[in-house]
Amino acid sequence: MIEKLRFFRKYLPLIATIGLFILMFALTSVAFPAFFSLQVFFNLLNDNMFVLISAIGMTFVIISGGIDLSVASVIALTAMVSAWLVEWLNVDPFLTMGLVLLMGTVLGAGMGSLIQYLKIPPFVATLVGMFMARGLCFVISTEYIVIEHPIYRAIANYRIYLGDGFIKPDVVIAFVALPIAIFLLHYTRFGRTVYAIGGDEQSALLMGLPVGRTKILIYTLNGFCSALAGVAYSFYKLSGHGLYAYGRELEVIASVVMGGTLLTGGVGYVLGTLFGVLIQGTIPVIIMFQGTLSSWWTKIVVGLITLFFIVMQRALGATNSRR
Amino acid sequence: MNLLKELRERAGNSKLTWPLVALLTIMLFNLFYRPEFFSIEVKEGHLFGSLIDILNRGAPLMLLSLGMTLVIATGGIDLSVGPVVAIAGATAAYLIGHGTHGQDITNTPLPLVILAALLIATAGGLWNGLLVSRVGLQPIIATLILMTAGRGIAQLITEGQILTVYYSPYHYIGLGHLLALPFTVFVVAAVFLLFWFLTRRTALGLFIESIGVNDSASFYSGISEKNVKLLVYTLSGFCAGIAGLIVSSEIKSADANNAGLWFELDAILAVVLGGTSLDGGRFSLAGSILGALIIQSLTTTIYSVGVPPEVIMVVKAMVIMAVILLQSKRFRQAFKPIIGAFLSLTRRGRSLLRTTRLPSGESASE
Amino acid sequence: MAESAPLLRMKKITKTFPGVTALSDVDFDLRRGEVHALMGENGAGKSTLIKVLTGVERQDMGRIELEGKPVLAKNPHHAQELGISTVYQEINLCPNLSVAENIFIGREPSRFGAIKWRMVNARAEQALDRLDVRVDVTQSLGSYSVAIQQMVAIARALDISARVLVLDEPTSSLAANEVEKLFQVMRKLKEEGLGIVFITHFLDQTYEISDRITVLRHGELVGCYETALLPRLELVSKIVGKELDNLDDVSQLRNSSAKHVSTETLVQARGLGRKGSVKPFDLDLNAGEVLGFAGLLGSGRTEATRLLFGIDSPDSGTLMIDGEEVRRFSPLQFIRRGVGLCPEDRNADGLVDDLTVRENIVLALQSSRGWLRHIPRRQQYEIADKYIEALDIATPSADQTVKNLSGGNKQKVILARWLATDPRILILDEPTRGIDIGTKTEIQKLVISLAEEGKAIVFISSELDEVIRCSHRVKVLREREVVTELVGDEVEEGRIMRAIAGGWEQ
Repeated sequence: MIEKLRFFRKYLPLIATIGLFILMFALTSVAFPAFFSLQVFFNLLNDNMFVLISAIGMTFVIISGGIDLSVASVIALTAMVSAWLVEWLNVDPFLTMGLVLLMGTVLGAGMGSLIQYLKIPPFVATLVGMFMARGLCFVISTEYIVIEHPIYRAIANYRIYLGDGFIKPDVVIAFVALPIAIFLLHYTRFGRTVYAIGGDEQSALLMGLPVGRTKILIYTLNGFCSALAGVAYSFYKLSGHGLYAYGRELEVIASVVMGGTLLTGGVGYVLGTLFGVLIQGTIPVIIMFQGTLSSWWTKIVVGLITLFFIVMQRALGATNSRR
Repeated sequence: MNLLKELRERAGNSKLTWPLVALLTIMLFNLFYRPEFFSIEVKEGHLFGSLIDILNRGAPLMLLSLGMTLVIATGGIDLSVGPVVAIAGATAAYLIGHGTHGQDITNTPLPLVILAALLIATAGGLWNGLLVSRVGLQPIIATLILMTAGRGIAQLITEGQILTVYYSPYHYIGLGHLLALPFTVFVVAAVFLLFWFLTRRTALGLFIESIGVNDSASFYSGISEKNVKLLVYTLSGFCAGIAGLIVSSEIKSADANNAGLWFELDAILAVVLGGTSLDGGRFSLAGSILGALIIQSLTTTIYSVGVPPEVIMVVKAMVIMAVILLQSKRFRQAFKPIIGAFLSLTRRGRSLLRTTRLPSGESASE
Repeated sequence: MAESAPLLRMKKITKTFPGVTALSDVDFDLRRGEVHALMGENGAGKSTLIKVLTGVERQDMGRIELEGKPVLAKNPHHAQELGISTVYQEINLCPNLSVAENIFIGREPSRFGAIKWRMVNARAEQALDRLDVRVDVTQSLGSYSVAIQQMVAIARALDISARVLVLDEPTSSLAANEVEKLFQVMRKLKEEGLGIVFITHFLDQTYEISDRITVLRHGELVGCYETALLPRLELVSKIVGKELDNLDDVSQLRNSSAKHVSTETLVQARGLGRKGSVKPFDLDLNAGEVLGFAGLLGSGRTEATRLLFGIDSPDSGTLMIDGEEVRRFSPLQFIRRGVGLCPEDRNADGLVDDLTVRENIVLALQSSRGWLRHIPRRQQYEIADKYIEALDIATPSADQTVKNLSGGNKQKVILARWLATDPRILILDEPTRGIDIGTKTEIQKLVISLAEEGKAIVFISSELDEVIRCSHRVKVLREREVVTELVGDEVEEGRIMRAIAGGWEQ
């Protein structure tokens, strides 16, 4: 019996997130019956997959006790470079996608190396990465580059019909990435090392774990995820611009945190991240349905909900530590 | 001879050395590339020139970095200063109003406008401080909340529009001159003096550093770390408020979307460049001012060199990376041969090498 | 009985750091099936020797041979593979991972890259079984006590097939029964042929469990002795290296100071308690008296002091200091009332290690004055210098960063901090832990002399003989409760031990 309680307590943040989402969904459906439709739910997914893909990578980073502020910038850069390659340099779309994924991976590896070898704090290293990536966007072009390429357009408009509604290809990508991520974290040595580093890096080192290699891998993986999210984003926007996804890195981080992952590291759930993304995605929809509140309230509400979750995380975890 | 040696030693050990070197390098670059950079003219009894520009334009950043220094010194961080800058400007513009056809009048007396803007900004800082000190949230998260919501609040005040301020006395804040120098210079100087006094002429500086290094031990020694933390975040909000007034005054409007964009990042970088560690503990207000000047002169230099503004970000990133690398002991050690080769070309470099080579072993055995 | 051919042999090990010779020509050997204690003051070189052995550092000169073959560990991981495992004082495992994971991480059995959890858990249970420990291996490590965590660390070390096991101060955080458990495990491992290096400060434990003792001093080998043939006092003198001030002096001082104990009651607690912390207790503390707290780890001694210094606020009872009832519980309030506390964990709660000696010393004094009434620099230096001299703190100057001082001197800095506030009541929680014998004696003498000055002292130590030696009265705690109080002649080992064990009737 005590075992059950312990289990419950351990997963409480995750349960709360899922619970909150269900609650939000339910209440909104009651208030606005038009909300309770399969397509609305699917659109929740359709519009936010790039956040989810990025957040999956970010989950790894935060579990290891680090942080990556460059993700949104890499998304923008990916979209920009994709547009540039496809439209201005006439590169084959699929080759383009491969190239940008490679680019994101390399960027991630670069930041990871700075963090590991030169001992630069993740905050600073990824901050510079964020500047660099956005800056590069503007170097390519200060204007929008619209993607006209038929293949891109086809993918962007592609619909997969499920029952009464449809989902877009990125949803599939995200939901393939999700179980892979869960497998990596819970069933591979790499994933367990990620947790170990987040729990006590010094101990992980002394235990002989490949801390350095793993840390670089984490940021590399995150770079890949950011690029993948950028590819999804490029389908979403069918264009590239330096200010895309501006400020969204915080949304990504908030999703991860809402999902029960501790910012201090060592504890985290990819599944929770999914629900964190869904919650954040629901808020603007609610506001839209509501009609009277201006969209500025979105940001405020997101802020408050994030606050609620953190406080709850704190209230649960804080009973252990003295301060 | 001994004096020189002592100076060299102090320079080698002082944390201000590298930032100063960086700043001087930028200045030197300008000296070679565009000597007119250093020209100062007098127009209408006011001083003008690139150097003055740097001081003026860099004022908001310098202010923000002062507040940020103290926050970082306690082991925290304040991500919300950008949006708070926007909120302050928005509040001021809103209270001033814009008349029916952009007349030069105000709906609210200017002192009240300033007071209101500062109060709101300080309240924002207080909110952060309460979350961190009373609720016990991690600073990055606590300030992230206001950062996210703050933009929304600013947009709410301006209803998403750009509010133009036609009331000319307001423009004085950012654009006016006093005794031939821009007014903003005096504002920065005043705040700097205030902070310096608060931290070095009272025990506050010691408390802040102590908390940053070990807040538990500070608590046991009777320091009210909660109150100190509350204070530093509030001060940070206050600085953001002043910066917000300056910014909106300079552009004669309040732009909730763009005001303060990237400011928090610039401010944090200024503090890091100035030698204060992100982990907290020892801090240097002068260092942060230097850091802000580095960032600002970099921006100005890049503009004047004719590099397209789009590229600025990249160049900024690279230069900042260079400074951070130089500050990183690891990097210096790894590349000592190369750096050493360069520096040993000059006598000055050689002595710098000697004095900055700190003994690598800390306390020997245990 | 141990075999004669050495399992491990370290010959003429020399290691220098910039400015300091940490080890000079040190020999050390370990036999199969032996427990070999490694002793010495702080700074003697014990941990450097171990660092060299386990690959954290590389020796400048000398050889290491394991089972006759020369070895050189490149890093701790490599050392583990060679068969040399270390369990550190701070455990060095990951508290967020499960017990089973901590034992197997980095070596989990897997199929196609996927970890076989059931096998991991099963084998973990087996590994712990070898040590007679049965716990739920799927729970996070952090949810268990330090003693269990240590067992897990040992299980991990053994599972990586250690031939040499190094235990670095393993008993510092353990209660007596847990120490016994550890010793049982060590004996069992001895029988299996393992060689164990046991680093410790505790003389009793050394005599109980070790076969041989190696003493280091100032980086040099003093000697290697059969435990059974070395009398205690001789061991102590070899460790300290000079005619030791007879510790009995301290007791004599205490006895003579007894007459200075006044009737002025400075601290009076009635029914002071806090749920989950310590049960309601009474306490009277007079000026000039040393009150000792005796009891096992976890008995509530530190928790009691937290109430007496305002770190925790009580759920019940009253506390009067100097005749006035205390209503607000915070360290600052208590400091202003003239109370000082040297906390148990000097690194986490005592020292601000990046600050200088001067800053650390004036810290509490400054906070009691408030942030506005700044102590002028010149005065700060005066205060610092005064205590550096008075307490004989080994530091090049008052501007030295505290981080670089040795354990004993760090403790002195903290003591200085409190003495600078001129408290009337001083609470010392484990002031002698992890400190060399020489400084330990100094501190104990200091405690008594402070009492003679008219201060009221609360003195806590895990070493019972210290408590007995220094205290005029002793409160015995067991399981978060004050069970009895002993005065004057009653303060002797037998009665205290019986009280702790629980057979005492008032």
